[in-house]
Amino acid sequence: MMSLISVFLGFFVANILGYGGGPSSIPLMYQEVVTHYQWLTNIDFSNMLALGNALPGPISTKIAAYVGYNVSGVFGVIVAVVATIAPSSIALILLLKLLQKHRQSSVVKGMTLLVQPVIAIMMIVLTWQMGRDSIHSLGPIQAIIIAAISFLAMTKLKVHPAIVIIIAFIYGGLVVPHLHI
Amino acid sequence: MSHTYKDLVIAMVRTGILGYGGGPSVMPLFRHEAVNRYHWLEDEEFGEVLALANALPGPIATKIAGYLGYRTKGSLGAAVAIIAHILPTCLAMIALASLISVLKSSPFIEGMIAAVLPVIAVMLGQMAYKFGSKAVKGLGWVLGFATFIIAFVMLQIIPVHPAIVIILFLAYGTVHYKLKNKINKHHDRDREAI
Repeated sequence: MMSLISVFLGFFVANILGYGGGPSSIPLMYQEVVTHYQWLTNIDFSNMLALGNALPGPISTKIAAYVGYNVSGVFGVIVAVVATIAPSSIALILLLKLLQKHRQSSVVKGMTLLVQPVIAIMMIVLTWQMGRDSIHSLGPIQAIIIAAISFLAMTKLKVHPAIVIIIAFIYGGLVVPHLHI
Repeated sequence: MSHTYKDLVIAMVRTGILGYGGGPSVMPLFRHEAVNRYHWLEDEEFGEVLALANALPGPIATKIAGYLGYRTKGSLGAAVAIIAHILPTCLAMIALASLISVLKSSPFIEGMIAAVLPVIAVMLGQMAYKFGSKAVKGLGWVLGFATFIIAFVMLQIIPVHPAIVIILFLAYGTVHYKLKNKINKHHDRDREAI
């Protein structure tokens, strides 16, 4: 029961503070899932993010479903997903009329804007941690080469991120195990 | 005008499994289903709702799915739409991720996990850049970098819980534009005085 309450609180907090859709909640979910409750390790989280990005559909509900399932099974899934989506969906429907009046208000715009720098810094910290972990598990040369190739593929060649992730999975499965021998 | 649960479920499953890259990238698909295919609402109303949804926190795709369900079939419709939108991919996620964590110690899966780490780091870095440039664009270089430094010091050096940092920034956000206008007016008056 306690863990269900933690699951609810963790995902409620992470998503009620993320403005700008699912991706802005990723560092907030990381904070709850890895740093605070320690349900997953850093590597588990990155792995989950890779799978989540390789699969279609909204990202935060996929993360909520997987973490909820890991912590307390099917009930965990339900609690985590409800905590992620219910507050904002209900708020949208209830506040529709009220929001219509204030949509152009500088208060709402200012709030949405001022969240961006905080999310950016949290993302940078997360990037640094993932980079450190990948150097740790692959060695600096291979990690940097993979990072450079995937960066070029996604930005210059406009390859879809899902395809880059799948190629990395294939390379990792077929090539990486033989390099350590 | 078709307002059946079957249409609703089909539209939501389709947007749920065809959209890659998280909620925001799925909005054109939602628009296509709701406006062009099923005529649940006009293009203008869709644009309005999208703007409103962006003013609220939380994932965007489920907010839109919830609204479209509510608009066509009331509260039950909202629940049905959200479930249809997220259920297939949530199940796929649990199945795949569980499979991988069971097989974690096999060298094949171990290699997969290791090789994807740098890719995820790059993707997070790109997202960081996107959020950062949005901040700089909206706040200007000086204030933008000042907020980065303040956020960094609060989050990493002190460190304060991110929820508190965000609430403080939100609080300043409520008065940001008012303050900016006041300062601009002040400048104008000074210039006129000269």
